Amino acid sequence: MGTVFSFDVRGGESGAVRRALDAAVAGLHRVDEVFSTYREDSEVSRLARGELAVADCAPEVAEVLELGARAERASDGWFSLRYQGRIDPTGIVKGWAAERAARLLAEVPGVCGVSVNGGGDVQLLGVPAPGRPWRVGVADPLRPGGLAAVISAAGVSELAVATSGTAERGAHIVDPRTGRSAVTDLVAVTVVAPRLTWADCWATAAFAMGSRAGLTWLDTLPDTEALLITAGDEVRCTGGLAARLG
Amino acid sequence: MHPLRKSRPLRRVVLASAGTVSAFVLLLSLKPHDLPEVTAAPAPAPSSSASASGGSGGSGSSGSGSTGSGSGGTGSGGSGASGTRTVTGESVQTRWGPVQVRVTVADGKLTDVTAVAYPQDNPRDQQINSSALPELRSEALRAQSADIDTVSGATYTSDGYRESLQSALDAAGL
Repeated sequence: MGTVFSFDVRGGESGAVRRALDAAVAGLHRVDEVFSTYREDSEVSRLARGELAVADCAPEVAEVLELGARAERASDGWFSLRYQGRIDPTGIVKGWAAERAARLLAEVPGVCGVSVNGGGDVQLLGVPAPGRPWRVGVADPLRPGGLAAVISAAGVSELAVATSGTAERGAHIVDPRTGRSAVTDLVAVTVVAPRLTWADCWATAAFAMGSRAGLTWLDTLPDTEALLITAGDEVRCTGGLAARLG
Repeated sequence: MHPLRKSRPLRRVVLASAGTVSAFVLLLSLKPHDLPEVTAAPAPAPSSSASASGGSGGSGSSGSGSTGSGSGGTGSGGSGASGTRTVTGESVQTRWGPVQVRVTVADGKLTDVTAVAYPQDNPRDQQINSSALPELRSEALRAQSADIDTVSGATYTSDGYRESLQSALDAAGL
């Protein structure tokens, strides 16, 4: 399934920004070609069928698999690189690709701020304007059009906000232990951390854990805050989230 | 009134500081400081609203969410950054038919959003156009006052409206 990526680049010379945007978009299309599990001929599909070894794939494949393995370990297996027994790095690719695109854009001379939103997961770098931080609304999963919170990147040079939940596209998070849709009391988990690669993985893992175990686990992660919304419309958050609310 | 509304102190605090209750996912566009002139019609495909199909999971496509706006809106009556002008977003195909919106911008602020094309072939469509479109319009206008740059966990409802609106906002340089 495709995802819409939106880019917001502040500063920099117009032509240079556009060239970097073209490169970033080309990079995302390339990621889709290599990693899509819905393309029979993608490298990852061929890897899953045993037709390719990791060493035969684009170097990004090994990189993503290594990052995914770290996520599996850090989440005690709640984040998984496998689906129905087959290798499937889908859960980490989007966040990783959006973060990479954001960093590419931030390298353009004169750019002071970058925001990349990949299907509702956001990587922020720098500032949108001098003296003003990036501000990200967190969609309220139970009230379409409403916001559950506003996160501010004040005081930090990079911040990611990733949300996993059932509201956006129906149930799409699988419990790696059962292979079925995660049974959870949550409708959304929003994770705030410096890097989108991890924020996205942690949101997915915590969603599958449920509110109690998820919140306990998230509170142990360094530089990571979270907002959890239950099906009963309760809001729970990590101890340090208040400092990030804008 | 939602029965659990009283048990959400955090959300109340947050909303008080946000200044507005409802916002919409609109302000997701490239905003270089030196935007190209938007009066040219047709506008060159702005990479500002570039989209890409990423590696996320799911099956098939739902509505128009799987493709982004690739071409820009067209403007009329543009006169630089000040004054009032209208910009029409691209027509976005949804499973119910094409949706196209027009925005009015005055002194760099979004002042109106109207749907110039929307599905109206059956009673359900007419119901939507009588209730949902005004609501989307007010959400779009309120999003601006929420003073946020983007939204995490966006819902995919109203995709066509949002995409057309985004392309109009991109072209308007908002």
